[in-house]
Amino acid sequence: MPSDPPALGVRGLTKRFDRPAVDALDLTVRAGEFYALLGPNGAGKTTTLRMVAGLLKPDAGSVSIFGIDALSDPIGAKQIMAWVSDEPMIYDKLTPLEYLEFVAGLWGIDPRLSERSAQDLLVSLGLEPHLHERCEGFSKGMRQKVALAGALVHDPSLIILDEPLTGLDALSARHVKGLLQERVRAGSTVIMTTHILEVAERMADRIGVIAKGRLVAEGTLAELRQRNGRNDISLEDAFIALVETEAAAA
Amino acid sequence: MSSATDLTWFARHEIRLAWREWLAMTTGGQRRRKRAVIGLVIFAAILHLPAYAVVGRFANLTLPLDKSALIVMSSTIFLAWALMLSQAVESVTRVFYARADLDLIMSSPVRLTNIFSVRIAAIALQVTGMALLFSTPFVDVLVIGGGPRWLAAFGVVIAIGLSAAAVATALTVALFRLIGPRRTRLVAQVLAAIIGAGFVIALQIAAILSYGTLSRFAVLTSDTVAGFAPDAGSMLWWPARAVLGDGEALSLLLAFSLALLGVVVAIFSPRFADTIIRISANPAMASRTAKVRTFQRGSRQQALRWKEFVLLRRDPWLLSQSLMQLLYLVPPALMLWRSFSDGSAGLMLITPVIVMAAGQLAGGLAWLTISGEDAADLVATAPLSPAQVIRAKIEVVLLSIALVVAPFVIALAFASALQAVVTVLGVTIATISAAAIQLWFRVQAKRSQFRRRQTSSRVATFAEAFCSIGWAATSALALAMPIAAVITGAMTLMVLATTWKISPRQE
Repeated sequence: MPSDPPALGVRGLTKRFDRPAVDALDLTVRAGEFYALLGPNGAGKTTTLRMVAGLLKPDAGSVSIFGIDALSDPIGAKQIMAWVSDEPMIYDKLTPLEYLEFVAGLWGIDPRLSERSAQDLLVSLGLEPHLHERCEGFSKGMRQKVALAGALVHDPSLIILDEPLTGLDALSARHVKGLLQERVRAGSTVIMTTHILEVAERMADRIGVIAKGRLVAEGTLAELRQRNGRNDISLEDAFIALVETEAAAA
Repeated sequence: MSSATDLTWFARHEIRLAWREWLAMTTGGQRRRKRAVIGLVIFAAILHLPAYAVVGRFANLTLPLDKSALIVMSSTIFLAWALMLSQAVESVTRVFYARADLDLIMSSPVRLTNIFSVRIAAIALQVTGMALLFSTPFVDVLVIGGGPRWLAAFGVVIAIGLSAAAVATALTVALFRLIGPRRTRLVAQVLAAIIGAGFVIALQIAAILSYGTLSRFAVLTSDTVAGFAPDAGSMLWWPARAVLGDGEALSLLLAFSLALLGVVVAIFSPRFADTIIRISANPAMASRTAKVRTFQRGSRQQALRWKEFVLLRRDPWLLSQSLMQLLYLVPPALMLWRSFSDGSAGLMLITPVIVMAAGQLAGGLAWLTISGEDAADLVATAPLSPAQVIRAKIEVVLLSIALVVAPFVIALAFASALQAVVTVLGVTIATISAAAIQLWFRVQAKRSQFRRRQTSSRVATFAEAFCSIGWAATSALALAMPIAAVITGAMTLMVLATTWKISPRQE
């Protein structure tokens, strides 16, 4: 019996700007997994995810989303995927509800379903008092929450988030983390980049470490610790050791 | 740091910022700056030709002038002053709302009054500098033809530049005090446009109502206006006399302008800081609510169109910048109304004006919808093809133009069905051309950068202007001389084709 396709399958993904940003990267994320992608600044995490989301054209390689070739059938792949960048992208002149209505419309979701879902999402993110206010006066954290709600309103199977917790206060960050874990429990797949290693340590089923555009380590927290030969170190220590080893090898 | 050191240091900083901003505005960024500067110099040299055509015949004009000549010259200087005032109002508003360094300045241990004195002076310098630049070809032509006495015109430009900056500062701060920070931004923007265009339009309206012509000179040279004008010794004629080399008038004018600016700096510098604090502390923006509505059913493209229309409707500041071009439709509308009663041939003039306004308006709207996409990543990751997205956005431009132009065309249809048809065709082609140029030269930008859209590509700006003028001329000729329309139409198509050929996105 054939096995289910992975949520994300990346093979030989390459992108060059003035230097290689992503270098023949292979990456597989299983369906229903919470996957954290770590790496130092400029490692190629965002470039990789932007290529997966269809925002950048790769120089070489393939990307498949639940078995759909994202390069030959981008619309099919986009239909089941959501992307949230570290810079909140919302319209100042729309209210959060209107923004979600627009996103749901773009994904062709039945308004009877999306209206209810939009209300629930915004309430769960603590935005209930601001449902009908234009976003122009919102703080970065509030904008980030609206953008996240927009990503979830069409119930995507694969959710890709680039530094989703940047700019959020402790309570908002907890809301977001709770919401993402809830989605994973409901069967969605989450891929997230983060510089907050504690978040990856606590939430991720598997962690990938990327450096100079290549995947240098991957596994559960225990597996990453084992690579360093010690079971008692934190993810931060393991991450720094991996990155330093990679830098020394280069 | 002493107060004097503060002032000098900050003045240097402001001059450097103004210089770089001007360079970026004129050269469109860092790349190929040398080529852009050479291009500008060539452009300035070429400007001497139209300058010669406009003022060349006046080079031998000497004092004393008759009343009619004094009126025409003073009105022209007043028009230049109004345009400078418009630019200065825009600059002062930008200092209030858009400068990114205000937090840093306000939190620094320097006297804010000093800083804002320098900033008001910098605005005056900027406005005057731009005016000197644009007036140079005209003054050059007059100096070559009439002698060095015409150099006094530069003094007049400086005087009116300083006074325009002074009045703009007082006006904007007064507006802020009267109507508050949120409305001031929009009102100042509208005011800037009305001040710039208002004088010419008012003269045109007066000319239409009195003489049935669009020529403003018909009013200025009329006996009625001459009857109301004061004697030749009046200070109202100082600017005109100063331009012609009257040293006394020039000295008085310069002294008056400097004194005015000094008074404004002394009175308004302390208030500037207070005004800016109130703007940054203004919580009103956060509480604007929208009407509650249920989610609507529709296609993905309908969702896009709905979003574009809502954003256009809800951003009066942006919309006003675009719609200001419609001000120029007021005189032809009036002409249309007058021509119904007397069947005047002036009706013919309406078609090119409408076509040109539509082309210009379409360029602005197309930039807002195509390039000014604030959530570009969201739209790019949505399950729609890029062609579907672009099509939906262009439909918004076409529909908006149709809404604006429809009343004119309907009115025109009652006067002449053929002219209405030609106008519709001209408007459609001009709109599609402008949208196509914006599409070929699109860059990802924030909607708030609309003011600078023309600096991102000089080629696109000129192509858009040439095409609007070309289609306007073609429409007019289609009514008057169809054979000539074929030629101008072909020429405009060639401009469009060349633009496409050199554009970064040949789609």
